[in-house]
Amino acid sequence: MTGLLVLEQSLNGLQFGLMLFLLAAGLTLVFGIMDMINLAHGSLYMIGAYLVASIALASGSFWLGLGLGVLAAAVLGALLELTVLRRLYARDHLSQVLGTFAILLISNELVRMVWGAQPLELNPPAALAGPVELLPGLSYPAYRLFIIGVGLAVALLLYVLVTRTRYGMQVRAGASNREMALAMGVDVRKLFTAVFALGAALCAVAGGLLGPLLAVQVGMGESILILAFVVIVIGGIGSIRGALLGALLVGVVDTAGRTLLPLLFDWLLGPEAAANAGPAVSSILIYLLMAAVLFFRPQGLFPAHG
Amino acid sequence: MADRPDHSLPQAAQAIQPRPGLLDHHLPVLPALLLLAVLLLLPTLAEATGHGFYVGVASRILIFALAASSLNLILGFGGMVSFGHAAFVGVGAYAVGILMQEGVVSAWLSWPVAVLASGLFALLIGAISLRTKGVYFIMITLAFAQMLYYLMISLKAYGGDDGLSLAGRSSIGLGLDLSQDGSFYYLVLALAVAVFALLHRLLNSDLGHALQAIRENEPRMVALGFPVYRIKLIVFTLAGALAGLAGALLANQGGFVSPSMMQWSESGMLMIMVILGGVGRLYGGFVGAVVFLVLEEVLSSFTIHWQLGLGMALLVVVLLAPNGLLSLWRKRGGA
Repeated sequence: MTGLLVLEQSLNGLQFGLMLFLLAAGLTLVFGIMDMINLAHGSLYMIGAYLVASIALASGSFWLGLGLGVLAAAVLGALLELTVLRRLYARDHLSQVLGTFAILLISNELVRMVWGAQPLELNPPAALAGPVELLPGLSYPAYRLFIIGVGLAVALLLYVLVTRTRYGMQVRAGASNREMALAMGVDVRKLFTAVFALGAALCAVAGGLLGPLLAVQVGMGESILILAFVVIVIGGIGSIRGALLGALLVGVVDTAGRTLLPLLFDWLLGPEAAANAGPAVSSILIYLLMAAVLFFRPQGLFPAHG
Repeated sequence: MADRPDHSLPQAAQAIQPRPGLLDHHLPVLPALLLLAVLLLLPTLAEATGHGFYVGVASRILIFALAASSLNLILGFGGMVSFGHAAFVGVGAYAVGILMQEGVVSAWLSWPVAVLASGLFALLIGAISLRTKGVYFIMITLAFAQMLYYLMISLKAYGGDDGLSLAGRSSIGLGLDLSQDGSFYYLVLALAVAVFALLHRLLNSDLGHALQAIRENEPRMVALGFPVYRIKLIVFTLAGALAGLAGALLANQGGFVSPSMMQWSESGMLMIMVILGGVGRLYGGFVGAVVFLVLEEVLSSFTIHWQLGLGMALLVVVLLAPNGLLSLWRKRGGA
């Protein structure tokens, strides 16, 4: 019984961690290469989720929604970079915070004007709606398994892109030494726009996939944005590998804390204390983890800069 | 980045004579008195024109101006970008709320407790956080603030997620009835003026000069033998304590405390106010809080989509006034 519970919760943790990774990957590249604090990253996740959900609902096909929604989000990300964000690169971090916070407010309100305040309900595709029996006695939703599969595939794809291609080399060069990359002839302007579009597409993948599990609503980007920042700080700013491992660590700690801590509290202090303190204490765990990492290894666990 | 070229240290170091230097912040007497007079007359004007409701709004704006000014002390003058300042506001508010639930209504007891509690939390959090720098400092202060946020959610005895309603406002004696919005406004104004005077005095003192010099060039201040860590910790603690005072007032103003007061978005809003007004300017926090909250009030009376207007306004400010609204003023004034 306990073994199956642990297995199920590890799968949940893996699934949450991989989705966090999709968000954190774009954020860490923008932060690492452009030295830019982008609070609007969560808005791209929200807009991506809305695009996927509304195209899927209108066409009746989840897959069409996912494909077109991700594409539209990438175009939107590139447009945002070309029109506004480009002007903020040379500014200090505080101006970037103010500017991207403004974009966050604007996009929240635009989404509310276009789609209304009611959350959108998105169902998983019919083929993946049922549970799958993994082991005797353990059945797990097929859709969650699918999310894990997509997450792993995107992570692998990103790894190949960053470590094995010319563009990836330029991105890594930009992350570890921007001036040198410029001097060696990397077209940084185009690279930045491309990285931004990629980050927006990854946001939309995460938003679209999580749509059937969580509510697609205004403000969904804010809480997950902070977690994505936690991930990239734990992993090391600018490092894709750090983002992956940090995301898995946060995903597993969060999920384990949510299920195992109440059990522990129940055993130690009785059921009432467990119901009261369990969920909040497990949320504290993640931030405790980040504070400890920052205190003992301020550069993160897997720093990009050497 | 070189956002403050006029503060280069070599010049400041040459200014050895005790004359007003770059690190001094002057409070022009006439404009300050004019502003004070306007603020003093505000309740009378509001009552006379039948807008008595706005006295409460004005109190709230002044309280946020107080909180933003305390953040500006560490963020603007100390270069410590704290992303967890709302936590100290929340601690102050909860101190008042919890004491009131336990039957302590005297402001003379609960407000000092609020200030001390916030100061103590700031001391502990600062002692750990100030060992990190830059982006890492931003994130570690956020981490501690989130911990306090979830801690208050888990305290079911004091409302947990739902928050805590106060039975009434604190009682202060002296013939003042704080449940009257007018009296409460004047008390808030008096405290805000006192804090403002304190900040002005602090920034023009040796400690304030050392603080700003640390912001400009920390390694040099270390090399000169200044106790850099201790100076930063003292100021961080003071800023936390002042935020706690703002929290105590805010709890009284709204009659309600809840964990959402300590959420990261609240810390972000305080930061936005400071950046909007002007980082490292004496009136920065004040101007930022007033402009932000008045914009919010005015826009939300016109349309439910007021966040769109607010976002647009902030975007225009960040693109046109790189160092906050007060930098425009300076340019026009030619000073």
